[in-house]
Amino acid sequence: MIITNIDSVPGRKVVEHFGIVQGSTVRARHMGSDFAAGLKNMVGGELKGYTKLLEDARAEALERVKQQAQQLGANAIINVRFATSAISQGAAELMAYGTAIRVE
Amino acid sequence: MDFIIFLFLISLGFFVGGRVERKHYKDIAKREAELLDIPAVTSKELHNLDDVEEAQMVSANVVISLDYFKRFLAGLRNFFGGRIKAYETLLDRGRREAILRMKETAKLNGYDMIMNLRFETAGIGQVTSGRGSLGCFEVMVYGTAVKLRK
Repeated sequence: MIITNIDSVPGRKVVEHFGIVQGSTVRARHMGSDFAAGLKNMVGGELKGYTKLLEDARAEALERVKQQAQQLGANAIINVRFATSAISQGAAELMAYGTAIRVE
Repeated sequence: MDFIIFLFLISLGFFVGGRVERKHYKDIAKREAELLDIPAVTSKELHNLDDVEEAQMVSANVVISLDYFKRFLAGLRNFFGGRIKAYETLLDRGRREAILRMKETAKLNGYDMIMNLRFETAGIGQVTSGRGSLGCFEVMVYGTAVKLRK
């Protein structure tokens, strides 16, 4: 599955369009990593637990997008965008969407 | 007692936080110089897209937070208004770090450059035991890595 965030797959010809595909996941933070983050918050710097959490969540959202595209018979997704929104305290929705296409 | 804890946290933030930031900036400068051979551009077009052999999206993210001392200063600054330098450097660090990580992934997989770079920033509120609700951000960066025909 080829994924790009530009309007085409460079070097390949688009054969068919399938329209929008999307995937999202809602994640809450883990108490343990939250405690560690609280400590790390005193001295500043990167909060690795959160970085990992959000990275995993986005990967899952993108995985769902891919599944949807596969079901439609697409082999590429173009113009992928990400959106993040805080749902409630400590929980966030991460979403990915794009256009499913088939290329040669 | 509370005041002692407060003083301790302030000085901890001041000494350790400052060092962490300086070290991080040094590290960023070094890695940026190393990764100059992988340009990242914000345009969607190349001179000739036919030169592209392969394309794939790459992304990277960083969650970064202020130290206690700077959060305290930023809180004061919020009261009087004006430029909050602590947040400026924090976001700058986060963005540059995210770009570097993305470039590192691209280089590892043999890509030559990154097109259509986009940023996404989100404030992560209310980290437990933080004084205010701010001071913690997620920066995400993504783009399309391309391999050029040689």
